Amino acid sequence: MKSDNTLMKVFLGLYLVVFFGYLLGPLIIMSITGFNSPGFPRAAPWECLTFEWFDVLANDKRIINGLQNSFMVGAGTVILSVIMGMAGALVLTQVWPKLRATYYTIVIAPILIPGVVLGISTLVFWDRINVMLGFSGESFLHNGILLTILGQSTFIASYCMLVFVARLQRFDVGLTEAALDLGATNVQAFRKILLPFLKPAIGSSAVLAFLASFENYNTTTFTFGKYPTLTIELAQKVRYGINPSISVLAFIIVVLTIVGALSHEIYQRRKQLALANGAPVGAVTGGFQLPKFLRGNPASVVLLLVALGGFSTIWFANVYSPETCKAEVREIKRTLQQQRIEEIRRQKIEREQQKLLQGPDIFGPKNRPGDAPQSPGKGAFGSVFDPQNLDKAGPESNNEPAAKNPGAGAFGSVFDTQNLKKQSESGN
Amino acid sequence: MSQGVGVNLQDVWIRFGDFVAVREANVDIEGGSFFSFLGPSGCGKTTILRAVSGFLEPSDGKILIGGNDMAGIGPNKRPTALIFQNLALFPLMKVWENITFSLEVQGVGAADRRKRADELLDMIALAGQGDKLPSELSGGQKQRVAIARALCASPDVLLLDEPLSALDLKLRQHMRTELRQIQQRVGITFIYITHDQGEALTMSDNVAVMRHGIIDQIADGQSIYDDPATPFVASFVGENNVFRGKVKSIENGMAIISTNRTGDLHARVGTSARETMKVGDKAMIFIRPEALSIAETNSASNHRIKALVTNEEFEGQAYNVFLEGGEGKEIKMSLVNQGKIRQSSMGKDMFLEYDPEQSIVLPEGELANE
Amino acid sequence: MKRTGFMSEFFERNGLALGLYLLLAVGFWVFILILLPQLSMLDFSFRHHLPPPEMGGPKDVYTLEHYKFLVLGAQGADSSYNAVDLGVFVRTLLAALFVTLLDLALCYPLAYYLGQSNGGGFVRVLVLLLIIPYWVNEILRAFAFRIIFGDSGVINELLISMGMIGSPIDFIRENVALYSGLGYAYILLMIFPIYNVIESLDRNQIEAARDMGAPWWRIHWRVVIPYAKPGISSGCTMVFMLTAGALAAPQILGGPSSLWFTQIIYQWFNQGGNWPRGAAYAIVLLIVCIFIVLSMMRLFKVKMGDIGK
Repeated sequence: MKSDNTLMKVFLGLYLVVFFGYLLGPLIIMSITGFNSPGFPRAAPWECLTFEWFDVLANDKRIINGLQNSFMVGAGTVILSVIMGMAGALVLTQVWPKLRATYYTIVIAPILIPGVVLGISTLVFWDRINVMLGFSGESFLHNGILLTILGQSTFIASYCMLVFVARLQRFDVGLTEAALDLGATNVQAFRKILLPFLKPAIGSSAVLAFLASFENYNTTTFTFGKYPTLTIELAQKVRYGINPSISVLAFIIVVLTIVGALSHEIYQRRKQLALANGAPVGAVTGGFQLPKFLRGNPASVVLLLVALGGFSTIWFANVYSPETCKAEVREIKRTLQQQRIEEIRRQKIEREQQKLLQGPDIFGPKNRPGDAPQSPGKGAFGSVFDPQNLDKAGPESNNEPAAKNPGAGAFGSVFDTQNLKKQSESGN
Repeated sequence: MSQGVGVNLQDVWIRFGDFVAVREANVDIEGGSFFSFLGPSGCGKTTILRAVSGFLEPSDGKILIGGNDMAGIGPNKRPTALIFQNLALFPLMKVWENITFSLEVQGVGAADRRKRADELLDMIALAGQGDKLPSELSGGQKQRVAIARALCASPDVLLLDEPLSALDLKLRQHMRTELRQIQQRVGITFIYITHDQGEALTMSDNVAVMRHGIIDQIADGQSIYDDPATPFVASFVGENNVFRGKVKSIENGMAIISTNRTGDLHARVGTSARETMKVGDKAMIFIRPEALSIAETNSASNHRIKALVTNEEFEGQAYNVFLEGGEGKEIKMSLVNQGKIRQSSMGKDMFLEYDPEQSIVLPEGELANE
Repeated sequence: MKRTGFMSEFFERNGLALGLYLLLAVGFWVFILILLPQLSMLDFSFRHHLPPPEMGGPKDVYTLEHYKFLVLGAQGADSSYNAVDLGVFVRTLLAALFVTLLDLALCYPLAYYLGQSNGGGFVRVLVLLLIIPYWVNEILRAFAFRIIFGDSGVINELLISMGMIGSPIDFIRENVALYSGLGYAYILLMIFPIYNVIESLDRNQIEAARDMGAPWWRIHWRVVIPYAKPGISSGCTMVFMLTAGALAAPQILGGPSSLWFTQIIYQWFNQGGNWPRGAAYAIVLLIVCIFIVLSMMRLFKVKMGDIGK
């Protein structure tokens, strides 16, 4: 029995490790790539610790523009979704009983409808309204921001509604009746009783709506028009070539998420503790007592560590310069390259000495660029050995890889003809 | 006493679809009195209260408050204030804000409201507790805050929907007295809903007993207890031993009923049946446990009952003796504990006697716990 | 109770201002955002692909052309069925089903563990860790898998440096990356519904079953799973629908030979420029997915009201 238990525990531990490895591993690896110097995001082999991708990210106009659009869309979606979601939940509590199931199915369906379908139907519908009203193709009904807000709100309002429904289930209708009985009008009762009660739900549904809007791709990709959101920009970058500034963005989001989640957790924990001790609520929302707050709370320790880590990273980034390391790596690579070239030259000389016939040209320059998809594996490797290439990976030249060499994608500038010519030159 | 505002229900019917919640209710509540609706859960008493407070409109009939028809007037426009069963204190507002909510919605300034709140807090003996949240108060304190909140609206009629049901026994008994005192002090009409006969009888000037949406009897507490109008009232208010039979003779308001089990029994005809009861009718005799006593002579008579003792229990202020009755029912007798040691009579036959004036004959009808 | 009675009662209860807000907001949402666009798309899918000037003209009549195209392919094609699109469609559904089952298998034990533990600090931290990936952009999540599974990705580099393989394995072509990424994308929508239900299961029930000598698998089969059924079906429904309708992960992680059905829809809209055909394909996807979900719900006797809890 006892060995059975330990066996179970081992299994459980293993399972947890595997599960959370699956869940968090990709994010950690991606974050790491944001600090590695190669031009394509990669965690291994580790070359140089660098913060240059932060600069690249901060100077990426498309990302910044996308971010702005995302915030506009997010703000609109939050407002519209919360308003509709709240109304939807309130109507659900008083809808005609026979209609209730149908109504619920309709308003919950957008969660289950594929995002692409929502995007398409929004696009088609407003386009036809536009035609019907006789507006031009440039009318506000074709505005990407508006369409995206409408498309996203269709299903995000359902999420919001679920939040409100959950909260409303704990509402005592007697409170509204009590207010009415004491002379309040319906609007007063709503504003003074129900609305304050729903406040936490308004807050959490707004956060939920913003996050859902911010990361939405499927619907937005049909409706964005001339206003690509951050997600759309990211998708295009990921599909058409990329540098680790994306990883830096992911890292920032992960850190923000952890900080947000932890501070929420700490706030909840403090509130619970305070209420459990019978303290008045003022003490919960009021002053900040560090020692006590640290004692009750492992999460706060983690938060503190994260914050410390963040600050030290920033400090380190200001002091540390990756240039020396990069130069070293370049030196090592040059030496390696040199050695290889030497070797190839030696082999060639040997071969030439053995046979007078010309040997097969391993790095035949002319036919390489075309067969990229067939032999992608060699590509990434190849570039490593090219010193020229390393310089290219620097921030200046790689700002907008998508625009410069579409199609080359993940393989960076491996198939740059320039590159190969050099190689073969030195090879000859 | 009579300067308060009266409430009249005239032929009030309330239906929910096919279900009739209240049937032809006619009630006249005197201004400034304490009036209770008493009945088991689901009898329609809360429905009546909600109709008076304006949360629902009667399907038929009229509700008058102070002589004015209330049809089409919403709860926020009526001169009533309701104290809810669960009190419905606003959890997110402080105590003083709760109390003066009715002033807040009228647009009264915060300073004036605070002053009024302090006066009311004084009255309910909670001075200085105004800045707490309702969740920080005890059950009895919440109770008093709810009363203060309702009174702050200066209603003409205060409606109370079983407000004491959530309290424990001691507190409940204490609050009964307190409620009655508050009512006498403010002098407005109280309408009280309860399923607890003790509350209804102790506090009220008048009680209406309800069953399935029908009001069986409206009277003061003593009349309800001593002269119930229907078998339902007789069996619902207080305990009663029931004997079924047929009317053998009626004379001077006294009847002799021949029962299957116990022979002929003599009893007073209930006031409500005095005009209608005829010889040969099916009837029920109700004898309260405390009206029974051990007979001094062991001979049969029309106010004596012979039965086998099946169980005895000691309840503190009384001994309860259970005897084998008819139709599988037991007869209960309560003897006042006079501090004397009693001999057990378990398993023995015993003769009981009662005063025919204290027992009631009514036409056969529905009982409370059937 | 008549309809008009309901309306007047509605306004009586809410007052004019609030009543109008509720009616307008819900009306806008239900009709303008949900129902009409879907109906309009349905209508659109039955129309010819016409240049804008001809829209509403004599040629703008209803047609089954686009649905025919999905089933039969272009007229004059050599094969009698549109093998490519239909194949993609079936493969998408099967893959979505596979991903759903994979997620269920992965999540059930964790949901059970979290739901039945006493909610100590460790469990709270685990729940926090669960939430973090959800807040990271979908695109970035998919991209992370590309970093891992790419030719010069972490796994290949690792395997090569350890000398286990000579040349990188093409995980992308083998769809390993795609399935991992899709499974990852919606895994939380599987775990939280199940977790929420199991959390409310009285521990005593499990202990009673154990006390009566039931082995662990029977406890799950007879006690836990029947109880968690609403959560399981809710999670499965959401994961299945979202996976079948996913676009980002297939675009980023899909191999050159494996299209996702949504990608075809996307192509009709953005590259082919044939909106009605895209709409028709979207309708087919929507209807088939709804049909599958409804039949699953009927099969497992779950109600619509359980979804979204």
